[in-house]
Amino acid sequence: MKTIKTYVVALISALLVLSPVAYADKWSDQFPHIKATGDIPGECSYDAMSKKNYKGKTLKINTHAVPVMGEPTALHAEQFAKLTGAKVDVTHTPAGDLYAKAMVPFQAGQAPYDIVFGFSNFINDWKRYLEPVPKKYVEMKQMQDVTPSHIGIASWDGVMYQFPVDGDRHYLKYRKDVIDNPEYQKKYKADTGKELRVPQTWKEYGEMAAYFNGWDWDGDGEKEYGSAEVMKKDDLMYAAFYSRSAAYSKNPKTPGGFFFDLKTMKPLINNPGFVEALTDWVAATKYVPPGGINFGLGDEIGSFGGGQTLFSFSWDDAFVAAMQPDSPINNKVGAAQLPGAMKVWNRSTNSWDQGFNQAPFFVWGWAVGVAKKSKEKEMAFDYLCFFANEANHQADIGIGRFGVNPFRNDDFKADVWTQIGWDKDIAQSYVDTLAQMEDSKNRVFPLRVPGTFEFNAALATAAAKALAGQLSPQAALDEAAKQWEDILNRVGKDNVRAAYSVGVAMEDNKL
Amino acid sequence: MNFKHKYVFLFPGLFVLIGILIFPIIFTIRLSLSGWNSYTPEMNFIGITNYIRLFTDDPRFWESFFRLSFLSVTTVILQYIIGFALALIVWREIKFKRFFRVIFLIPMMTTPVIMTVIWRTFFHESLGPVNDLLGNLGVEPILWLSDPVIAKFTVIIVEVWQWTPFMFLLLLAGLLSLPKEPFLAAAIDGASPFRKFVYVTFPLMAPISIGAIIIRLIEASKIMDTVFVLTSGGPGTATETSSFYIYIKGLREFQMGYAATLSFTYLVIMIISLTIIAKVLTKLMIKE
Repeated sequence: MKTIKTYVVALISALLVLSPVAYADKWSDQFPHIKATGDIPGECSYDAMSKKNYKGKTLKINTHAVPVMGEPTALHAEQFAKLTGAKVDVTHTPAGDLYAKAMVPFQAGQAPYDIVFGFSNFINDWKRYLEPVPKKYVEMKQMQDVTPSHIGIASWDGVMYQFPVDGDRHYLKYRKDVIDNPEYQKKYKADTGKELRVPQTWKEYGEMAAYFNGWDWDGDGEKEYGSAEVMKKDDLMYAAFYSRSAAYSKNPKTPGGFFFDLKTMKPLINNPGFVEALTDWVAATKYVPPGGINFGLGDEIGSFGGGQTLFSFSWDDAFVAAMQPDSPINNKVGAAQLPGAMKVWNRSTNSWDQGFNQAPFFVWGWAVGVAKKSKEKEMAFDYLCFFANEANHQADIGIGRFGVNPFRNDDFKADVWTQIGWDKDIAQSYVDTLAQMEDSKNRVFPLRVPGTFEFNAALATAAAKALAGQLSPQAALDEAAKQWEDILNRVGKDNVRAAYSVGVAMEDNKL
Repeated sequence: MNFKHKYVFLFPGLFVLIGILIFPIIFTIRLSLSGWNSYTPEMNFIGITNYIRLFTDDPRFWESFFRLSFLSVTTVILQYIIGFALALIVWREIKFKRFFRVIFLIPMMTTPVIMTVIWRTFFHESLGPVNDLLGNLGVEPILWLSDPVIAKFTVIIVEVWQWTPFMFLLLLAGLLSLPKEPFLAAAIDGASPFRKFVYVTFPLMAPISIGAIIIRLIEASKIMDTVFVLTSGGPGTATETSSFYIYIKGLREFQMGYAATLSFTYLVIMIISLTIIAKVLTKLMIKE
């Protein structure tokens, strides 16, 4: 009798334990996108959404072009429509037009879209037109797992305006099969007298990239090159420049601003630190693939992800693309923090501080908000919550072209990545890189001030002129600094200072 | 008979004219006197501040304007020469005349943006077929889109390919409408083909040529899609044109007031310069 009781208890326990899995299978049968995990219980899970009824209602979304962010938006819209009965209209817009596509109706007091996708650094210009994320979503379990950095990026003065769907930072990607190859290490040492290793500084990066430029080092019959970088003006190149500048210009001894001196609001972008970075970058035009000076983000992903270059640095997408099973360099890549520098500019002493310095750049990422004038706010937030639920998120981050990158503590566990076929050591190096960046106390956050677009465009134009040989690095950055002064005068120094102080507080670890 | 009611019939046209031409121009002028941007989204009045900024502190606009002048004049001259040559070829009695007439028109029938994407793929320095073919012939990769000088000529190639058919069509129509008598007289006088062209065909074609050149100059001065897709104005600002620059200021940086200033100034400059060009061409090409 006792044995039967034991069996019954064991059976009931097993059923209780397995029931979520069985439940999950029910949803993954209908929605193969989540077949790896099934539905994961939560406030915005597939199961929870199936209990909502939005029949007869229409949700209008403006998002990026397919595939980056546009594809997951459309996919989750289709799933959301099936689950809730809502009609979801998705409009796809090129990256350069996302800002204006939302701003024009915002300023006209209209809401043609309930949900607008953009970049996280739009927050200052957009926040007055966006509905703050309601408390019930902010306090949800899935939101509690978002890292403090990304909560900070999605919020302004403690109010969350953007629903976290993506996490972004720039880091180094390298070909592990070359850097860790003993034969190449010996050859490099013999030829240059230096160690072949994961580059610690931008100078090392440049030396290695130049050495491995223009010859077939992976034996595929094609020439390979040193580095793939986002150098195309108006295609996010300013972010690449900030990444290269951080090590030379973000001095932990001089808090109070990376882009401006917060006290005086003097632009810092033409100081010797930035000039050194731009000088390095101009040299980089010699070790990028032919036409690399015109590479946008898509080209960079295709070039490094396709095995054309030794190094790359930017968002996660190129790394994830390289690690997909169909990639020619699957499991042949490594991740590391952005290279540092052996000196960093000190604006207080007006001289270089010697010694190693490294500064991760938490570049802007995809962001999304709900229009204040939307008549379907509840449905809109439910959609965003569903978009970012655990099951969708885990499936999305493994697909390079989706542009959905880690921003939750759970994403920084190697198991998440080994489950989708990554080698254990690569997965570990990847999550370690991300975690080290989160832990760093010398971080740079994106510029989020009124007129962000004007500041970044002025800088990008100047940097592009230097890359094209139209101006020297110093002259180009002097031109940009002069334009930044003009923009400051137009926008108002105090307006910019008030907004910039929020980012500086994050950089100075006060938020 | 009272004809006053005839004015009633003019109203629909007048309304359309006001709606699509007069109102936008007046609105643009008013907008150009405001500081409307992303952080001050209002039609405030700032006088001629934007105009002062344009004329004293914006060399990039003027650089883009002179670049545009170079690109549009060069492309239109090339289109005229090639278009005229092609029109002369199929004007004659040659085999498969109709076939060639259709073939020559194909580039114009394609969608410019899509064709520019294809051209961009062709000219891609490391992945495109053009450099690959040249590589097979032992030629080093040409920086079609990354060299500030070559990139301008790449834009010209694409523009000429796309719009020469338009010139060809206008000029062929002109050739087909020419009277036969002057050619008969020239033939009786024993004029060579070259002399016939110089003294008969070309002068007779002058009015049509001027019309075609002006139409194409107006179109070419708005070069935007080719630059946007092919080079994004780069490398640096090497291929940035006025319309692309105005687009950047207005719809990328959201400086609506300043973009309106640029647009209106550009409109005035274009009206003046095209009027002068038309007068000069008339004087040069049409002999009394």
